[in-house]
Amino acid sequence: MNTFRTVLFTTLFLALSFIGFATDKEPSKDDAPFDPKAMILHHVKDAHEFHLWDWKGSPVSLSLPIIVWTDNGLTSFSSSEFHHDDEGQTIVEANGGRFVKLHEKIYQLDSGATAVAYDAEHHPTNANKPLDFSITRNVFMMWVSVALLLFIFLTTARSYKNSKDGVPTGIAGFMEPLIIFVRDEIGKPMIGEHKYKRYMPYLLTIFFFIWINNIFGLIPILNGANLSGNIAFTFTLAVFTFIITTFSGNKNYWKHIFWMPGVPVPMKLFLMPIEIIGMFVKPISLMIRLFANITAGHVIILALMSLIFVFKSVAIAPVSVAFSLFITVIEIIVTAIQAYIFTILSALYFGMATEEEH
Amino acid sequence: MDLITPGFGLVFWTAVTFIFLLVILRKFAWNPILGAVSDREEGIKTALASAENARKEMENLTADNDRILKEARAERQAMLKEARELKSNMIETAKTEAKEEANKLVAQAQAAIASEKKAAIADLKSVVAELSISIAEKVVRAELSDQSKQEKLVESMLENATLN
Repeated sequence: MNTFRTVLFTTLFLALSFIGFATDKEPSKDDAPFDPKAMILHHVKDAHEFHLWDWKGSPVSLSLPIIVWTDNGLTSFSSSEFHHDDEGQTIVEANGGRFVKLHEKIYQLDSGATAVAYDAEHHPTNANKPLDFSITRNVFMMWVSVALLLFIFLTTARSYKNSKDGVPTGIAGFMEPLIIFVRDEIGKPMIGEHKYKRYMPYLLTIFFFIWINNIFGLIPILNGANLSGNIAFTFTLAVFTFIITTFSGNKNYWKHIFWMPGVPVPMKLFLMPIEIIGMFVKPISLMIRLFANITAGHVIILALMSLIFVFKSVAIAPVSVAFSLFITVIEIIVTAIQAYIFTILSALYFGMATEEEH
Repeated sequence: MDLITPGFGLVFWTAVTFIFLLVILRKFAWNPILGAVSDREEGIKTALASAENARKEMENLTADNDRILKEARAERQAMLKEARELKSNMIETAKTEAKEEANKLVAQAQAAIASEKKAAIADLKSVVAELSISIAEKVVRAELSDQSKQEKLVESMLENATLN
């Protein structure tokens, strides 16, 4: 309980300190006019280095490894070799290839090219994008969250093993209501008393995985490692839900998709394409909902902070701070709500796939 | 716009990480935790049920006890009543028997007295007769000396000798 309180207050405290970091970000671009859109997108999107803060004009960051699949096989080097360059100026030679980083994308220069050439839309013309397996900011934060999840739940499991009567102690006392909530409010009502057990590990894992990453996205010193607001992350989880739904679909489920019972034949033919589209729309809606909600929260907070620089006035700061604090508190609630919605809808789809004829 | 284009690397790492997390947590966290929780719930359920059973049994026992106590009380009452009746009966019979015995004794005594009296009277009669005879003899002897006197005496004597 105490641990939880500490985490909560730390999160709130860090949410406040976010303001400080947001203001720190900008001085390097004093000469150029402030572009809120670029700043917001830069924060919301993934990055190859973990920027922490600026110190005396130069950024302090954690360099993450870049791993790309090229014609010469797997190539890896540290992102520090780009020296914080994101404009394609610094060329890094590794494993026989020459690489540049342009807007957080790694490009491999064509052989013979010495500098990036652009077309009218500022797209490189003499470079291609190799398959990028880099440990980016989001991958790094995902692993941190996995470490935390493993710590929390393996400790919880151990506390059950150690207690003789199965009474939860310590962290288990806090986690158990959440686990029982997922079981009794999500698993049982959505899937049904008899079949929910098979799906519990998946439901519990996505619930806590999404929730903790939503929370991590709100911690400002991590510079909004926006994992759960990244479409790749929500896409992957939605694909898992889709795969599990499809593979647990019983005869009744497929009959409802391809040959809807209880309606006339023309209606069956009419409903079939709709149901087939629906199969895919369900996971797509999961993907977009989580991505959009979390990204929107970040965008709002960042936009409120941008107001200070747009108006070029310190007087606007209290307003920005007050509003972004308000939104941050709402976002803390949203972290749980979105994890809950993703989980309950996944459970609902599993329940539909396994529903027996009635 | 690449904000809504899933990056291949992150998809790959998310998939790998998620499967890893799912497998590890399932084996070492979810199954033990859910198992322990449902075991405990079962335990609570059975404990409640057995408590309820025990309560019912206890109620039955109390009811039994009450019934047995009542029966015992009734039995005692009946026994006491019977004993009382027996006692009064015994006293009654004893009384009547005693009365009968006493009556018999009295009757016997009376009979004995009566017979004794009869015998005594008979004795007396015989004694009187003898005495009278001896007197009569003596008188007769004396009187017989003088004829006339004899006759006169006999006559007077017989006149006076009203028996008793």
